[in-house]
Amino acid sequence: MDDDPQLFDYMLRLADNGIVLAQRLGEWVGKGPALEEDIALTNVGLDLLGQGRMWLAYAREIEARYAPPGRGEDALAFLRDGGEFRNLLLVEQPNGNYADTMARQFLFDQWHLMLLGALAGSKDARIAAIAAKAAKEVRYHLERSADWMIRLGDGTELSHRRAQDAVDALWVYTGEMFSVDAIERGLVAAGVAADAASLRDPWRSAVAAVFDEASLAMPGDGWMQGASGRGGKQGIHTEHLGHMLAEMQIVARSHPGARW
Amino acid sequence: MSSEWPLWEIFIRSQHGLAHKHVGSLHAVDAQMAIRNARDVYTRRNEGISIWVARSADIHASSPGDKDALFEPSNDKVYRHPTFFPMPDEVKHI
Amino acid sequence: MYAQMVDTGVSKVQDVAQMTPEERAFQDRIDADVKVEPKDWMPEAYRRTLIRQIQQHAHSEIVGMLPEGNWITRAPSLQRKATLMAKVQDEGGHGLYLYCAAETLGVSRDAMIADLHAGRVKYSSIFNYPTLTWADIGTIGWLVDGAAIMNQIPLCRCSYGPYARAMIRVCKEESFHQRQGYDIMLALCRGTPEQKAMAQDALNRWWWPSLMMFGPPDAASVHSAQSARWKIKLLSNDELRQRFVDQTVPQADYLGLAVPDDRLAWNAERGHYDFGEIDWQEFHEVIKGNGPCNRERMQTRIKAWEDGAWVREAALAHAEKHAARERHAA
Repeated sequence: MDDDPQLFDYMLRLADNGIVLAQRLGEWVGKGPALEEDIALTNVGLDLLGQGRMWLAYAREIEARYAPPGRGEDALAFLRDGGEFRNLLLVEQPNGNYADTMARQFLFDQWHLMLLGALAGSKDARIAAIAAKAAKEVRYHLERSADWMIRLGDGTELSHRRAQDAVDALWVYTGEMFSVDAIERGLVAAGVAADAASLRDPWRSAVAAVFDEASLAMPGDGWMQGASGRGGKQGIHTEHLGHMLAEMQIVARSHPGARW
Repeated sequence: MSSEWPLWEIFIRSQHGLAHKHVGSLHAVDAQMAIRNARDVYTRRNEGISIWVARSADIHASSPGDKDALFEPSNDKVYRHPTFFPMPDEVKHI
Repeated sequence: MYAQMVDTGVSKVQDVAQMTPEERAFQDRIDADVKVEPKDWMPEAYRRTLIRQIQQHAHSEIVGMLPEGNWITRAPSLQRKATLMAKVQDEGGHGLYLYCAAETLGVSRDAMIADLHAGRVKYSSIFNYPTLTWADIGTIGWLVDGAAIMNQIPLCRCSYGPYARAMIRVCKEESFHQRQGYDIMLALCRGTPEQKAMAQDALNRWWWPSLMMFGPPDAASVHSAQSARWKIKLLSNDELRQRFVDQTVPQADYLGLAVPDDRLAWNAERGHYDFGEIDWQEFHEVIKGNGPCNRERMQTRIKAWEDGAWVREAALAHAEKHAARERHAA
């Protein structure tokens, strides 16, 4: 197909969200606020990592069509520099405290589920199948993260403040989720990609409903980082990604060509 | 303030099983969290399709089966809680 | 093992003649392989010893998440990363099952965690060693999980029902842990010279601490004898250690790695490997808190626990408010 390079780029956008957020959640393993929660959060990380790998597998097939043989999942995950990563700025933000982690998760999960819902209707059968499978997992992620927003927002004075601070700080990264650049516009027109802009209103209503129950205030929509076509999806990241990748890629890059 | 989460007993019905079986316990603040935690803790390997949870404090148990008078029946409350892990079919040496 | 040197509170094994009728009946039940259940009468020393043993075991699982968790973010492939995350998560689950088993004996999980943080209860010495390279992750799976499973399989038959049932679940889930470790070692040993050297270096560092996992020699342990009598320890330290060496040496040979022990040699007469002297001073120092990572491990656990306090309190506060609202509505 003529638009394979664009489609490849779009697959990286989907894959990198999973890989990068799973990497962040991996930092929590063994350090969660309760044993049960530690185990549950790791399941979310494992799901996202699995989804990332499914998107990368398809990315490779697409890349192989115009630049054979195409890079494998590990070459894509461990040998790309920060500027080649296509994840949203939101998912690369540091874990912070548990409210920061849960707010990041909730804002993403709510969008992620809607996006996958739209992608399940993609004209590209592979995309539709992966999205349908991932949506089942993400529905549960959203249940959990929405639940935690409510528990923290409606918990103690301290947890309420931390939840509100987390939402306020992360809000600036939410606009990027609904931005549509030339690459996505073309794929949307072809019926392959989801129209992210159309998700904004339903996302806002869903988030508002949870915040209402959590007695959290909806932040005002000011300037949004990365929403103007110069953000994570275009490879322009926050400083956090570079540090994350330095850690993630160190072993793989120290032994070029090695198999593990 | 004590922030210890209450203990819950978890019962899971597997794909092949006819009835819910006790699989273990965990801590959670309410039933909804107990069900979610049970999914993550006790069905990591697709062990079940239906989950029941009950507060350990609400479980009443019969007296020990032993007829020997030395093992006097105590009250009907579980002492803290019972952990009736089912014997998996794969484990042959029990 | 994961529970090394568990104090039974007795100075010598109790003689039948000294037993009260209850104690004798209890021992008879144990001898007849009848499981002890939470509501059954049990000698106080049995109950206390079990609490110590099960919680040491549980703490070992939880602290044991840290050295391996140390490499989740640096795992060199996505498949290895996913496997390691799942494995460390399993350790958390195993700690959870074990804490629950101990809770049937009348001690709360928070109290056990407080004991750990205050240094009143130990965890396995092995987790006080650092994980320095990726090969350490393979070595831990191969040796440490291998050693653990040797101890845990007999514990599936131990006398206390909840503990035995927890061990069955643990053993069932743990079957892949040792294999994933050996699989990492295989990949390294079939890889570049640098990878092979990494594998050898890890074996050199982990071999002796792994042998120490089984605890002091039998001759030095009065507690082992009483625990054996109660069937909460089914095979002796030396027996398990020998079994481990016999099983592991051929596995090292297959990898082409050298076991770091000059005195290691097959003894045809005994039908076992002879091996060198363990540095028991090092073992006792590590147990006392002077291992390379003791302080760091405890600091990490305490920080996680303290950082999580407000989250646990918030969840409880919300549940109480929510329940109150429901009562009000009804």
